[in-house]
Amino acid sequence: MTSTSWGAAEQKSPFASLTHIIKARETGIAIALIAVIVAATAVNPSFLFSNDGFRDLLLTPSLLMVTAVGVGVVIITRNVDLSVGSTVGLTAYMTGRMFIDFPGIQPVFVFLAGIALGGLLGLINGALVAFGKVPALVITLGTMYIYRGINVAWAGSDRINASDMPASFRELGTQEILRIPVLTIIAVVVLVIAAWYLKNLRSGRELYAIGSDPDAAHLYGLKVTRNVLAAFIVCGALAGMAGVLYAARYGTVSSNAGYGWELQAIGAAVIGGVAISGGVGTVWGAAIGAYLLLTINRALPIIGIQDFWQRAVVGILIIGAIVLDRVLAVRQHQRLVESREGAK
Amino acid sequence: MFNKERKAGRFGVGLVAIAASAALALTGCSGSTDDSTGMATDGASETMAGGDANLAITFLPKNLGNPYFDTSNAGGAEAIEEFGGTYEEVGPTEASPTAQVPFIQTAAQQGVGALVVSANDPEAICDALNEARDAGVKVVTFDSDTNPECRDLFINQATSEGIAQVQVDLITEQIGDEGQIAVLSASANATNQNAWIEMMQTELEANHPNVELVEIAYGDDDDQTSFDKTAALLQTYPDLKGIVSPTTVGIAAAARYLSTSDYKGEVMLTGLGTPNQMREYVEDGTVEAFALWNPADLGYLAAYAAQALITGEISGEAGDTFEAGKLGSYTVDEGASVLLGDPYVFDAENIGDFDF
Amino acid sequence: MSTSAALLDKPTREYKAYQHSALRRVLVTRESAIIGLLVLVLVVASIGVDNFASPLTLTFLIREIAPILFIALPMTLIIITEEIDLSVASTLGLASVITGLGVQAGWPLPVAALLAILVGTLAGAINGSLVTFVGLPSLAVTIGTLALFRGIAVGLLGTTAISTFPDFWTDLARANIPATPVPVIIIPFLVLLVVFATLLHFTPFGRSLYTIGLNKEVASFSGINVGMTKFWLFVMSGAVSGLAGVYFTLLYNNSRGDNAIGMELQIIAAVLLGGVSIFGGRGAMHGVIAGVLLIGSLSSALRLAGVTSDIINVIVGTVLILSVVSASFLAWLRTKRIAAVGKKKGQAGSSGDTA
Repeated sequence: MTSTSWGAAEQKSPFASLTHIIKARETGIAIALIAVIVAATAVNPSFLFSNDGFRDLLLTPSLLMVTAVGVGVVIITRNVDLSVGSTVGLTAYMTGRMFIDFPGIQPVFVFLAGIALGGLLGLINGALVAFGKVPALVITLGTMYIYRGINVAWAGSDRINASDMPASFRELGTQEILRIPVLTIIAVVVLVIAAWYLKNLRSGRELYAIGSDPDAAHLYGLKVTRNVLAAFIVCGALAGMAGVLYAARYGTVSSNAGYGWELQAIGAAVIGGVAISGGVGTVWGAAIGAYLLLTINRALPIIGIQDFWQRAVVGILIIGAIVLDRVLAVRQHQRLVESREGAK
Repeated sequence: MFNKERKAGRFGVGLVAIAASAALALTGCSGSTDDSTGMATDGASETMAGGDANLAITFLPKNLGNPYFDTSNAGGAEAIEEFGGTYEEVGPTEASPTAQVPFIQTAAQQGVGALVVSANDPEAICDALNEARDAGVKVVTFDSDTNPECRDLFINQATSEGIAQVQVDLITEQIGDEGQIAVLSASANATNQNAWIEMMQTELEANHPNVELVEIAYGDDDDQTSFDKTAALLQTYPDLKGIVSPTTVGIAAAARYLSTSDYKGEVMLTGLGTPNQMREYVEDGTVEAFALWNPADLGYLAAYAAQALITGEISGEAGDTFEAGKLGSYTVDEGASVLLGDPYVFDAENIGDFDF
Repeated sequence: MSTSAALLDKPTREYKAYQHSALRRVLVTRESAIIGLLVLVLVVASIGVDNFASPLTLTFLIREIAPILFIALPMTLIIITEEIDLSVASTLGLASVITGLGVQAGWPLPVAALLAILVGTLAGAINGSLVTFVGLPSLAVTIGTLALFRGIAVGLLGTTAISTFPDFWTDLARANIPATPVPVIIIPFLVLLVVFATLLHFTPFGRSLYTIGLNKEVASFSGINVGMTKFWLFVMSGAVSGLAGVYFTLLYNNSRGDNAIGMELQIIAAVLLGGVSIFGGRGAMHGVIAGVLLIGSLSSALRLAGVTSDIINVIVGTVLILSVVSASFLAWLRTKRIAAVGKKKGQAGSSGDTA
C-alpha cells in the first residue's frame, strides 16, 4: 500500500520526496522521540547535556535497536519471532563462557561466534516455519522456551562476572569515538545496511512482496521458503550480535539476560510502523521505535511520573501507533476511491 | 489459505508421545537411583526420630543464578555433607513468590526432612509452607523471613538494626554527613530490604538531619535493571552525593556503572555486597567500603538448624541450643530465630582476606 | 500408518473423514492422540516417579493449573476464529490488583471480586473494540494491551503487595471437596467447562466460530456477524481472566502487580498442544483440557523426579513444536505419496519408494 502511494506521489510534484519525508511514518515517531528528549532535558538538563546523560541516551537503546531491526525484517515477511529474547540471553552467556574457556581469545572471534550462534538459532526457527508450514508464532513460542531452558541449564546458577571478560572487550561497552559510543555506531551501521538492503536489493523487495501476500508471491515465482528462511537467519544473527553487545555493555550475564526482550522488540517495530500483518514498514521505523521506547523509560522518572507506570505508557504507545496506522490507511483508501470516482 | 494442512498428525503425535514419555521414563529412573530420593521417601520422619532421621534437606533460594545464594547454599551443602544428609537445591529462575510455591509443594510431596527457604514475599508462600509442615517437613527460613507462623525457625544473618546502622554509618561518613542520597533496593516487596530501608530512614531522620534520602529505586535484583536504574538516579538527581544498595546484585551493578562514568569518586556507593563481586571496584576506588555477613556461614548454620529440628534436638522454643559444626553452639532467641552474628565491613585493607 | 495407506487408495477430495467408520473417526484424531499421550505420561509417571501417584499430587496439580484451565476455555474459542489474545495474563494481574485494592479499601471480598471481574470484562471489551470496531489485528492489539494492562496493574499497586484477605475466602480457594483430594475450584471450572463446551460444540454460535476461522468471507455471506462474534469472544476472555485473577489472588493470598506474568504463553501453548489450529477453524474442548493437563502433569512429574524448571521448559517447548510440525510433516509426506501413487498409476512402473 505504501509503495503504490509513494509511486503516485513521485509523479505529482517535484517536492514529492520532501512531502514523502514529512508524511512518512518514521518522521512522526522521530518527532515524538525528539519531543520526549526535549521535555526531559527541559526538566533536567543533564538528561542530554551531561557526558553520561548524552552517552546513555545513545547507548541504552542500541542493543534493543539491533534486535528490533531483526524482528522488523521478520515481521515484514508476515512472520514473528518470539525467541529473540532467549537468543540474546544464550549468546550473551556464550560470549562470557568463551572468554572463560579460551583465555586470550580475540574478541573478533567471539563476535563472529555470537552472530553465528544467533544465526543458527534463527535458522532453526526459519526451517521449522518455512518447511514445517507452521505459523511462526507457535514455533518461536516453543523455541523461546527451549532456548531459554538451554541457557538456564547451561549456566545453572553460575553467571558471568565482569572480571571474567577482558577489559579490552568490556571497553567496547563504554568506548566512544567523537563522543559517540562504539556500540551505537555498530548498531547504526547494522541499521543502515539492513535498510539499504530492504529498499534497494531485489531480494529485499521480495520480502515485502511475500509479506503482502505469500500466496501471490509464491504464484509469481518468488522463492518464499528461501526468503523466509533468510529473514529468520538475519533476525537470529542480529539477536546474537545484540547478545555479544549485551555482555560488553552490562558485564554481568546471568541466565535471565534478555528476558522479555521479545515483546519490547516487537513493540518497537510496531510503534515504528512495521505492520504485524506484514508487507509494510521499514527497519528505520523499528529502530526509532526502539529508541523511543527506551528513552521514554528513562525520561518518565525525570518528568516526574513514577517508573511503575512505564509499561502502561508503552502499551498506550503501541495501541496508539496501530490505531493511527489504521486511521491513515482508511483515509488513504477513501482518497483513492474518490480519485477513481473523479477520474470517471 | 492454509487449509491444506489441516487434517493430519495422528501418529505424528504418537511420535511425540513416545519421545515425551521416554524423556520422562529416563529422568524418572535416574531421579530415583542417583540422588537417593528413596531415602527421603521412606516417609514418616516423626516416627523414627533420632538415629535414623530423614536428613534429606532441600534449599530453595529466591532465584537461581544469584551468586549470593550460590555461596550460602554451598555452605549448606558443606554442612549437610558433614552430618551425612542429602542436599538438593531447587528454585525458580525469577525471584517471584508464586514461582516458589510449586517447589515448596514438590518438597512436600517428596517428603523431604526439611526445607530451607529464602522467601520472596513474607505472606504469599505462607500457606504452601504450612501445608508442607502439615506433611511433616520442617521449614527453616534464612536470609529473608516469612511471617513467624509459617516456619519453624528463622536464621537471621544479622539484626535489622545492625544492618541498617552499619549502612547509614558508612554512607554518612563517606559523604561528610550532608547532601542527597538514594537507595537502590531489590524488588519492591523484598522483606528484608524494606525493613532495613525503613530503619535507615528512621536513623537518618534522628541523627543525620543534613542528609536527604531523595529516592528509593528498585532494581528487582536484576543486573540490567539495577544498572539502568543507577544511570537514571544519577541523571535525575545531579546533586546526588551517595547511593546505598542493600542488595548484592544492586551494589555490583551500581558499582559497574559508576566505575566507567564521570561520577566515579564523586558519588559514593555502599551497601551490602560480596567481596568477589566488589573487589575490582574497591581496588579502583569506586567503592570505599561495604558490609555483609558471610553467606556461606549463613547457609551452613541453616543446614545445622534444619538437622537439629529434624532429629528433635530443638523444637524452635526460645532457649533451645544446638551445635553447628565449626561455628560452635547457637541458642534460639524469641520469635524462633537464630542470629548468625554482626555484619562485617569490607574495605581495601581487608578485602584480600576473603574469597566468596 | 494404515490410515494414510488407506487414504491413498482413494485420493478423493470430498469429505475424506467420512469415508471411515464413526468409531475410527473418533479414535484417530489429534485430540485422541493428546489424551493418549496424557494417559501415557500419567502411567509412566505413576510407575517411574516416586510420590507421583499420591493424592497430594492431584491437589497441587489442579490448584496450580486452575487459572490456566479457566482461561484456556475462552482462548480456545478465540483461536478457533483465527484470532489470539496475548493480554490474558496481564488482565489476570490487573484483576488481582483490583481485588487487593478493594479489600484494602475495606470492601467485602465478594464486592471486590465482582469489581475485579468487571474490570477484566472491560479489559476484554477494549481488546474486542479495537479488533472489531477499529479493525486491527488481534496479535498487535493484544501485544499492546499486554503491556498496558500489566502497566496499570503495576502502576496501581507500585511497591506494595496486599495479603490481607479474609481467611474464609483464602481457605475456600485452597479447600478440597470433603473426603477427596480434589480442590473445590474444580466445581466452578466444571460449570464453565460445560457452558463453553456446549457453546462451542452444540450451538449455532459455536459452529459459526469454525466457519469464521475457516473463511471470514464465507462466514459473512452466510449471515454470521463476524465482528460482533469476535467482540463477544474477547469480552468473555476478559471476564474469565478476571475470575482467574480473583482465584489466583486468594490461592496465594497475595495481590501483586506482577502476578502470573508470562502465563499467556503457557495458556496458548496448552491450547495449541490440545489440537486447536492457530490458523483457525479447528479444535475441540476435550483436546484443550487434555493439553493443559498434559503440560501440568508433565511438569509436576519432572519436578518430582528432580528435573529443574529449565529442562521442563525445554521439554514443553519441544513437545509443542513436535506436535505442530509432525502434523505438517505428515501432510507433506502424504502429498508426496499421493504424487508417487499418481505416477505409478500413470506409468504402471516402479513401486512407491517414498512409502
